[in-house]
Amino acid sequence: MSKFHVSTTVNGDTVEYLCDPRETLLDCLRDKLNLTGAKEGCGTGDCGACSVTVDGRLVCSCLMLGVEADGKQIETVEGIAEGDVLHPLQQKFIEHAALQCGICTPGILVAAKSLLEKNPNPTEEETRYWLAGNLCRCTGYDKIIRAVMETAAELREAS
Amino acid sequence: MALDDRKSGFTFVGTRPNRPDGLDKVTGRAKFGADISAPGMLFGAVLRSPHAHARIVKIDASKAEAHKDVKAVVTRADFADVLFKPGLEGEFWNVLENVMAGEKALYDGHAVAAIAATSALAARDALKLIEVEYEVLPHVTDVDKAMATDAPVIREGAADYSVPEGMHPNVVRYHDSGHGDVEAGFAEADLVIEDSFVTEATHQGYIEPHACLAMLGNDGKGELWCTTQGHWIAQKTCAALLGIETSQLRVTASEIGGGFGGKTTVFIEPVALALSRKANRPVKLVMTRSEVFRATGPTSSASMDIKIGMKKDGTITAAQGVFRLQGGAFPGAPGDMTAMCAFAPYNLTNVKQIGYDVMANRPKQAAYRAPGAPMGAFAVESVIDELCKKLDLDPVDVRLKNAAHEGTKASYGPRYERIGLVETLVAAKAHPHYSAPLKPGQGRGISCGFWFNHGGETSVSLALSEDGSAQLMVGTPDIGGSRASMALMAAEVLGIPYENIRVTIADTATLGYNDVSHGSRVTYASGLATIKAAKHAVEKLSERAAAKWGIPVDAVKWEDGCAVPSGPNAGDFDPMPLADITADMGSTGGPISGHFEATPEGAGVSFGTHIVDAEVDPETGKTSVTRYTVIQDAGKAIHPTYVEGQYQGGAAQGIGWALNEEYIYGDDGRLQNSIFLDYRIPVASDLPMIDTVIVEVPNPGHPFGVRGVGETGIVPPLAAIANAVSHAAGVRMRQLPMSPPRILAALKDNG
Amino acid sequence: MVEVHLWSGLRSLTGGQQVIEVQAKTTGDLLKELVRAHPQLQGPIDAGVSIAIDGRVIATGLTEPIPEGSEVYLMQRLRGG
Repeated sequence: MSKFHVSTTVNGDTVEYLCDPRETLLDCLRDKLNLTGAKEGCGTGDCGACSVTVDGRLVCSCLMLGVEADGKQIETVEGIAEGDVLHPLQQKFIEHAALQCGICTPGILVAAKSLLEKNPNPTEEETRYWLAGNLCRCTGYDKIIRAVMETAAELREAS
Repeated sequence: MALDDRKSGFTFVGTRPNRPDGLDKVTGRAKFGADISAPGMLFGAVLRSPHAHARIVKIDASKAEAHKDVKAVVTRADFADVLFKPGLEGEFWNVLENVMAGEKALYDGHAVAAIAATSALAARDALKLIEVEYEVLPHVTDVDKAMATDAPVIREGAADYSVPEGMHPNVVRYHDSGHGDVEAGFAEADLVIEDSFVTEATHQGYIEPHACLAMLGNDGKGELWCTTQGHWIAQKTCAALLGIETSQLRVTASEIGGGFGGKTTVFIEPVALALSRKANRPVKLVMTRSEVFRATGPTSSASMDIKIGMKKDGTITAAQGVFRLQGGAFPGAPGDMTAMCAFAPYNLTNVKQIGYDVMANRPKQAAYRAPGAPMGAFAVESVIDELCKKLDLDPVDVRLKNAAHEGTKASYGPRYERIGLVETLVAAKAHPHYSAPLKPGQGRGISCGFWFNHGGETSVSLALSEDGSAQLMVGTPDIGGSRASMALMAAEVLGIPYENIRVTIADTATLGYNDVSHGSRVTYASGLATIKAAKHAVEKLSERAAAKWGIPVDAVKWEDGCAVPSGPNAGDFDPMPLADITADMGSTGGPISGHFEATPEGAGVSFGTHIVDAEVDPETGKTSVTRYTVIQDAGKAIHPTYVEGQYQGGAAQGIGWALNEEYIYGDDGRLQNSIFLDYRIPVASDLPMIDTVIVEVPNPGHPFGVRGVGETGIVPPLAAIANAVSHAAGVRMRQLPMSPPRILAALKDNG
Repeated sequence: MVEVHLWSGLRSLTGGQQVIEVQAKTTGDLLKELVRAHPQLQGPIDAGVSIAIDGRVIATGLTEPIPEGSEVYLMQRLRGG
């Protein structure tokens, strides 16, 4: 099957790849661009470990085809920190032990950042429902929710 | 083993620093199982049986082999089974049979062939070119049906010495223990309740599917990268299955995206190695989520009968349990563990427990956090709750009245050393949660739980650098922050800052043998070994300081990271910091390292008590957990935040097991819910915050008093939630999960 | 002499005895002596046993000392997750 040439922007960098029309955006990020921060936990859009944003919208990259990324702006976990300065969410996740094994962490950070951009003052319930598409099997979510809420509070104070 | 250390007055232990691998894990840099590639790499895919039980008549792979993108096809013929004892003995044989079917496919999803091709898509496509002829056989997936006389036989002759005569060949192990006279005990009781309970199989549900990258040359030397809880067991097993020497296979553990017991064995790793050997190229093999559900190691399902007698004052006079566990198409269901753990929290004069290990056409069960214990606790603690209700007694008081303590003869035989069950119950009674008012429609449940914990083979090596920093090499993969705990314990002994210690999970070629990260053993056993290795280094540091000062080594003590002259020489010299000793160690006797290798045998058993409030919607049957408190004995919490994390995670998994999660098999014996959409694990909006209380009753078997904390937290939730739901719904729930349809049915039956 | 308590499921292999006296100073000796006294115990021992000495569970070690007068229980081998 012939491949498609895709030109897109990932974390601000212009990138190109050739992909089979059956390959997902997640396949392309991981296998063609070596951006392995997004994880495949299910391949069916249920676990959120592959969360990225496409033109500012939170998506499961396993549910989007690689060819559909042409001309889009994609942000992954690798683009959250600014240089060597961690995003406050990343810092707070470390401080709160909001990760145990860490496999869901990239997806949850992308999703949480997306939440705070849309809603800088989420309630606990709003935070829990926003992150309901991101499975974590280790933590019981307690420390994750606390880390996100506390980051939101600090960002509000800072602004 | 000398366990003579201080149990209090710590500098580093008990603090909550950031984990050493935090940056890697929040930036996407950490390399998990599937995050690796190699030059010339091929991609593997596995063909799996669509039948629950079938004879494999013929496999024709000629079309696949002829395809230009396909570089290797393997079947059972490519494995070294000739090396195994004939017949059915040995766990290696069972593992081999599980990773690649022999004469029969034994469950839906059982591997029958595998392919390596030039791309993942090509491999997946080429699977369709393999033609397998099956003769479909009758199957059985239910534990009670698998024990019935007319059940299809999974495998003749698999039963061991323990099985009483006359049982169905699917019953492969039998356990019977206890003490006293239960019949006499029941006669003394004011109330005897006898009831039966059922739990379905669940899956560990780690978010990272199994993944590996294998290279095996025709020189018998291999490299394997994989996500595993134990790379030495992977090394040993893969080498045996491939017929190569253990030491010629180097295994590196990737970062591990959850395990919970499910990554304590191998599935795709030997297959990838066989493909690599045949293709003479590296092969990457990654499971899909559906493969994880169908063909890795879920828990046992269970069917249980419990009978408990109680006096009006709450004294348990006798307790008896029969636990039938289905463990898939291989021996290994932990019926014995279920039996031994079920009544372990209680001081019983008369107790009898029987466990069965039963085979059925399902995947080979694997460990899942305190394997076997949660289902037994569900059944036992439900009956105790019902007794409390009928006798109008407080459930915590009754448990306190019967609680095991130091010197109690355990239900499984020996007397307990120092244990912390009573302390968890006292903390439960005092906790504001226990006395908080309930809203209408809510119910409160409590339960105790027990787990043995484990030591296991352990090697640790610690090397000092000239600048006074330290490298610590441990062999137990870090599943939940154990690098932090190890660094804290090493810092405590060495007296240098936590941040100056780099902890690495060593590969199999660079450290001695280590048992798997299981049995809640990492902080206990690798921690003990870390302490001993650091002490070994301190001995050498003290020798160097003594030599520099020209005083005897026994006149040097180690304090706050410095050699200090003591005894008659006290005050003669200024304290000598570690970095001053390491700075010229090359010229004062050579590099300074510490080692420790042993099998620590003092893990110390563990108890917990959980309190949960639940609300049941009578219209939909949906249950909400509205408040949850975990109280558990940690012995000594090295990094309390990660101890809390273990408690919270165990509770959350227990909530899933109690309310939603189950393996659903159709009449055709095929798994019907092999994706996360249909096998629903708790999501953030399903759960409340989970409060924790860390009780610390030091384990006499660890220098700092540590007890493992990883597993016990999943033992009480099933029962605690069932008790809460039963109170909220007004009807006793005897089957897990308590999914909405089951609750509605129970409400309807109850009128 | 050490009194070894067996789990009740083993009685069928020891002619009904649940407590067996053997001469042993270590866990390894103890297993050898048990088999010498009751050869049929080889099966369960090969299948995996742990030994509790005064409540401390020795999962696998064969070199652990058994102090005189200690309480000894044979248990099925423990497994973890």
